Amino acid sequence: MTAGAVLGSAPLGAAAAVIGGAGVPWTPDEAAYPLTADPARKYGFFSQAEAAFVEAAVARIVPADALGPGAVEAGVPIFIDRQLAGEFGQATRWYMKGPWAKGEKTQGYQSRYTPAQMYRTAIKVIDEAVGRAANTSFAKLKGEDQDAFLGRLETGDAQFADVDAKAFFTLFLQNVMEGFFCDPIHGGNRGMVGWKLIGFPGARYDHRDYVLQYGKPYPLPPVSIAGRPGWSA
Amino acid sequence: MTQVLPKVDVLLIGFGWTGAILAQELTDAGLGVLALERGQWRDTPIDFATTFAQDELRYYWRKELFERPAHDTLTIRNTLAETALPMRDLGSFLPGSGVGGAGIHWNGQVWRYLPSDLVAKSHNLARYGKAAIPPDMTIQDYGVTYDELEPYYDKFEYLCGVSGKAGNINGAIQPGGDPFEGPRTRDYPNPPLDMPYGPTLYGQAAAALGLHPFPHPAANMSRPYTNPLGAQLGPCTYCGFCEKFGCGNYSKASPQTTILPVLLRKPNFVLKTDSEVLKINLAADGKTATGVTYIDAAGREFEQPADLVILSAYILHNVRLLLLSGIGKPYDPVSGTGVIGKNYAYQITSSVNVFYQDKILNPFIGAGALGVITNDYNGDNFDHSGLGFIGGGYIGVLQTGARPIETHPTPDGTPKWGAAWKKAVAANYLRTSTIATHGAVMSHRGNYLDLDPTYRDVYGRPLLRMTFDYTDNEHRMSGYLTEQAARVGRAMGAREIKVNKRVGSWDVVPYQTTHNTGGAIMGTDPKSSALNKYLQSWDVANLFVMGATAFPQQAGYNPTGTVAALAFHAAEAIKTQYLKDPGKPLVQA
Repeated sequence: MTAGAVLGSAPLGAAAAVIGGAGVPWTPDEAAYPLTADPARKYGFFSQAEAAFVEAAVARIVPADALGPGAVEAGVPIFIDRQLAGEFGQATRWYMKGPWAKGEKTQGYQSRYTPAQMYRTAIKVIDEAVGRAANTSFAKLKGEDQDAFLGRLETGDAQFADVDAKAFFTLFLQNVMEGFFCDPIHGGNRGMVGWKLIGFPGARYDHRDYVLQYGKPYPLPPVSIAGRPGWSA
Repeated sequence: MTQVLPKVDVLLIGFGWTGAILAQELTDAGLGVLALERGQWRDTPIDFATTFAQDELRYYWRKELFERPAHDTLTIRNTLAETALPMRDLGSFLPGSGVGGAGIHWNGQVWRYLPSDLVAKSHNLARYGKAAIPPDMTIQDYGVTYDELEPYYDKFEYLCGVSGKAGNINGAIQPGGDPFEGPRTRDYPNPPLDMPYGPTLYGQAAAALGLHPFPHPAANMSRPYTNPLGAQLGPCTYCGFCEKFGCGNYSKASPQTTILPVLLRKPNFVLKTDSEVLKINLAADGKTATGVTYIDAAGREFEQPADLVILSAYILHNVRLLLLSGIGKPYDPVSGTGVIGKNYAYQITSSVNVFYQDKILNPFIGAGALGVITNDYNGDNFDHSGLGFIGGGYIGVLQTGARPIETHPTPDGTPKWGAAWKKAVAANYLRTSTIATHGAVMSHRGNYLDLDPTYRDVYGRPLLRMTFDYTDNEHRMSGYLTEQAARVGRAMGAREIKVNKRVGSWDVVPYQTTHNTGGAIMGTDPKSSALNKYLQSWDVANLFVMGATAFPQQAGYNPTGTVAALAFHAAEAIKTQYLKDPGKPLVQA
């Protein structure tokens, strides 16, 4: 045998770049610095109507108020758009072979839809339902009516033939949390507003000086993987 | 066309912790060792550098370091009556992928099992009588004792530079350590990590209640450390990106930080990545492994002959490869006969959130195994008379870094979104500590692994099928542990607590633990076990099977310490006994 050889692991750069596409700032399975989201970016996945739904809905999940900016200000709609356009939206990592069955609750996600398909279908049927009931779209409902509608999705009281409303809401709520609290390189948590709200210091990598500072506020501002405003570029 | 390659002395299937341990030990014995790893090469500076490792979305939620279900998953169901469906996304457990396996993204929680855990059946029978073990509870003794494993627990702790405080050195109880642990011959190689506020408050409350708190043994370095192989690790920075992440600081023990720097230089070791074993090949007699068939990233198929085959993949893959290769008799849950797939077990967890009004705890400071633990309700450390269950678990506060997508606890009655949610998250994030309970799962007749009749992997092979649910024993035990955790929580002087009991059937969605066990268990009798005490197959004498695969049931501790101790114990037996007369059983059935 040859000495201490490590064989295999051919570079996957070319193929992986295509898979990663515009949706995620890293290249899957390739060690690399992530690319920071372009703050001027427009929607790449959502249609205008879908974007209107998402912008309205995320504002109800994390509203802007006296405590600080909400999900819209944090860039959560753009974050979700990037995710759905990329590997996550296509369920690239998931086992998506049939046969398909509804399954028990304990058997987890069993929908044939990828996350991108789930959003597309759910937003369509939600706006259709709102159209039938109130002759408008979700985005144009009053805030309290939007809350009531989201509440029916959350509990499963709202039922649609084409999509499991509760499964969609679970996915959506998770994605809003991701977009509000992720590193800003992903397009969400813009200005680190999610982290500032709660006091999370971000991508700092050395807390040794603070472990034993019982009860004392952490003194440093949050920082992203890409740094923070005010750092030398 | 399958190309036949030159024979090797030893072939390892899978290259995580146990693969690295066996490779290191057997190359030391002068054997030529080839490791086949189906995943990629991974190492600290290129795969989890400190410049981008601390990305919660990428590594936890988008699962960059974990196994891809698209490539290989399993089907799951709670009972025999249900139709198993594929685990389409990861959830309840997170197997690793690539060189180092789950040893990259583990927490570094290094435990020894209690002496009584290794003889669970005979111990409980002797203390509580036959009635304590229901007819469908299929627990067994390991066939190896704590005293036999002690030197190998010690070896792994020193390999990993575990930070901790001994509680029992040669029978003498040590203040500040775990008084319930089995006797050890010496203290841990490194002192405990600095303890943050939350775990400290738990320890104070637990001690006031008469319990015995101590620092969790951690393969996170409390100071610079050079291990016995000469590999150097740096001090932990408490960055909070440890569990579910690779460590960029060389501060968490992993195959990469403790063994590979030495192993990869050896002329008698070769690692092939992107090489997936399809099956173990047997000679015509069915009693000798001739090698394996594997496929590389380009899709080329190879036959790799070997004198000695060691199955060192994750437990679920070990069991599946045995079934796919026709080794050992598959377990039948109806008749209770057969051994491959038998006694699959897991872990049962619950938690109690402790919300303070004014105390700032800075929960984002963290390390994988940083915490204060009490073992007063683990194993048989307490009298189970009249409780209606056996076994137990540890309870404590582990401060692993409150990464905010995953961790933003809110009190009872808080909605999951909207202005009230936002207010509660803002008020509580810095002021909440969480007590975890980590309970045993006894084996049960209906909990097992076999091959799925319907679903296939990318090569067209049947997926593994898992049939598993918690039984009354687990629910009673976990309920009891949760009550004890709440009792300490109420004594911690907080504004309020929130009790998160584990209720209902096992659910594949929420993350619980990557502590799957069993399926090719060790024991003393080939009728009731697949492996002997040296992890040698009863059916194929030149095949050894590593991992928690061998556990007859799961104790109330994280498995890695015992997985590693069993691997070192097996390696020693191979070196000192097996090689003198290769191909022969080390234990006569």
